[in-house]
Amino acid sequence: MSLHSVRSLLFGTIASVLLSLTLYGCEKSATTDQKSSGDLVVRIGASAPLTGPQAHLGKDNENGTRMAIDDANAKGIVIGGSKVHFELISEDDQADPKTATIVAQKLVDDKVNGVIGHLNSGTTIPAAKIYSDNGIPQISPSATAVAYTAQGFKTAFRVMANDAQQGRVLGEYAAKNLGAKKIAVIDDRTAYGQGLADEFIKSAKANGAQIVAHEYTNDKAMDFTAVLTAVKGKKPDLLFYGGMDAQGGPMAKQLRALALKLKFMTGDGGYTPEFIKLAGTAAEGAYASLPGVPLDKMPGGKSFADRFVAKYGPIQLYAPYCYDAVNVMIAAMQKAGSADPAKYLSALADITYDGVTAKIQFDEKGDLKGGAITMYQVQHGKWQPLETLGAAETAAH
Amino acid sequence: MEIFLQQIINGLVQGSVYALVALGYTMVYGILGLINFAHGEVVMIGAMLALSALTALLGWGVTPLLALPISIALAMLGCMVLGYGIERIAYRPLRHAPRLAPLITAIGVSIVLQNLAMMIWGREYHSFPQLIANTPHNIGGAIINNIQLIIFILALAIMAALMVVVHRTRLGRAMRAVAENQHAAQLMGVDINRVISITFMLGSALAAIAGVMVSANYGLAHYYMGFILGLKAFTAAVLGGIGNLRGAMLGGLLLGLIESLGAGYIGDLTGGFFGSNYQDVFAFFVLIAVLVFRPSGLLGERLAERA
Repeated sequence: MSLHSVRSLLFGTIASVLLSLTLYGCEKSATTDQKSSGDLVVRIGASAPLTGPQAHLGKDNENGTRMAIDDANAKGIVIGGSKVHFELISEDDQADPKTATIVAQKLVDDKVNGVIGHLNSGTTIPAAKIYSDNGIPQISPSATAVAYTAQGFKTAFRVMANDAQQGRVLGEYAAKNLGAKKIAVIDDRTAYGQGLADEFIKSAKANGAQIVAHEYTNDKAMDFTAVLTAVKGKKPDLLFYGGMDAQGGPMAKQLRALALKLKFMTGDGGYTPEFIKLAGTAAEGAYASLPGVPLDKMPGGKSFADRFVAKYGPIQLYAPYCYDAVNVMIAAMQKAGSADPAKYLSALADITYDGVTAKIQFDEKGDLKGGAITMYQVQHGKWQPLETLGAAETAAH
Repeated sequence: MEIFLQQIINGLVQGSVYALVALGYTMVYGILGLINFAHGEVVMIGAMLALSALTALLGWGVTPLLALPISIALAMLGCMVLGYGIERIAYRPLRHAPRLAPLITAIGVSIVLQNLAMMIWGREYHSFPQLIANTPHNIGGAIINNIQLIIFILALAIMAALMVVVHRTRLGRAMRAVAENQHAAQLMGVDINRVISITFMLGSALAAIAGVMVSANYGLAHYYMGFILGLKAFTAAVLGGIGNLRGAMLGGLLLGLIESLGAGYIGDLTGGFFGSNYQDVFAFFVLIAVLVFRPSGLLGERLAERA
């Protein structure tokens, strides 16, 4: 053989070996604890952005879900007479709606008994159709866009109040409590950001404020100086950002760098330690909201928080909601005596469960009944709760 | 008026970063006729290296005044080695291949570098420590802060220094000779391999500085930051005339201004139909316009002819 063909052969072999190793390494990991034979295996799928600007939130979701599953396995749950072993199948949807549909199909093909996901509204909404077509109950711990449950899918649920409520509270707080007369709005054009901004605008206008600017960005941007300068020209009292902390933090920072002395307000996407880290000193005084009641005011909330922090570090945002979502799903399975989606779906729709974030009950659309919203502000470098508004059908405290 | 002035300032600061990165593209194209698509990733690696060095140095208690220049120097060194490595491994073997091959390889190198960075530094946004007091200065109602001022002045200084190197030194003469005609330069006794390697290293050093500037300005660094920046800098180089150093500088500043003014005023101009979320579109719109109407760019001609 000529030297050239030997080289090509060698190169080809090395390339194929490397390729197969890469493909092998690409297998997603599923947690598997020790289980004995004869156990009923229940697979719970979870999807969140594990890569990209929101990776810290996705990981937080995964940790919350994982903790609930580990707790359930340790408790030795029995469903329909069989001892159950729970398995987590965690996927990365990169906060991208297109990837989310691929992930949803994959989870359906993996024959999961239920899905905790997704994190973003933009991914949850298209994925909901796939789960509905296959009858897999889906509980989102964090998607707040109204459109998610408005699609009329029987399998779509959420354990958090939606943006209609959140936007209403935010707009009212901005116009009435903070007395802002001229408000500028920026949103990131995602299903969540856009939806929340629109609800906020409706509510702020209804409470007597004037919207002087509505600018846009996207959920991958880093530079907001052009948009903020345009906002500056309209001289607002308050800036509302509809989007996540990965943009909200740098935006608050650039806001102060432009010496703009207006109040900064954002939704639940910005209520994270990451926001404070990215904004630095500019985070001081920023407002945010989160559906639900502060964790330490809920029974069971403090002990959950202590255990979570000991195992995974500070809670970013939605981990407690993931924990509740898994537990409410398991409770429904126990009530129905079966982990078969067709059988426990109706039990899930009618269930009442005391979670660490709220007393969980679903209305006919799959929304959380009676969700409360809490306003927070960054004071001395930490988020402090200000007020809890909205119908609060939380567990007695 | 002050809003207009503010947008101009924003645009010039952003533009000077584009200009620095565009210089790397333009030098390599002038000498090799190759678009080095991996250049944006070299910027990102420079930023990440500086971030790691800075975190380590600050952790050891080195004063910020010393830690920052050392980190920048380390980032420049790292990127120069990287640039040399890319040239040797990915481009030199393809020097006599048809033009498409090195182009595809460049994209491949870009993907490899992105994923390497993702594996080494993780997928989340890292916050870049703020070491320079970011006091804002008021210029006619518009605000420019310390970091932005430093970026602008430093970028201009570096561009001036590069012009001196290219036009007043022996090395610069060799670079211009290789850009004009590789074979003739070789016959005149120029070591073209050495000149090409040095060109790559120079461009990469500039990329490292640009990377640190971007990270310091936004307080952020992450593994994907080089991609869009590289594309826009490439557009800036084409706008000014690819292969032309002054063109790259002009193109960079101009593109920064177009983007800033465009994103700032498009909402008002189109009555809300197009919003500021179309900010990134401007760069690519400019690219299409230049290629259709004036492919040789604003200042036209290659590096060599302007000597």
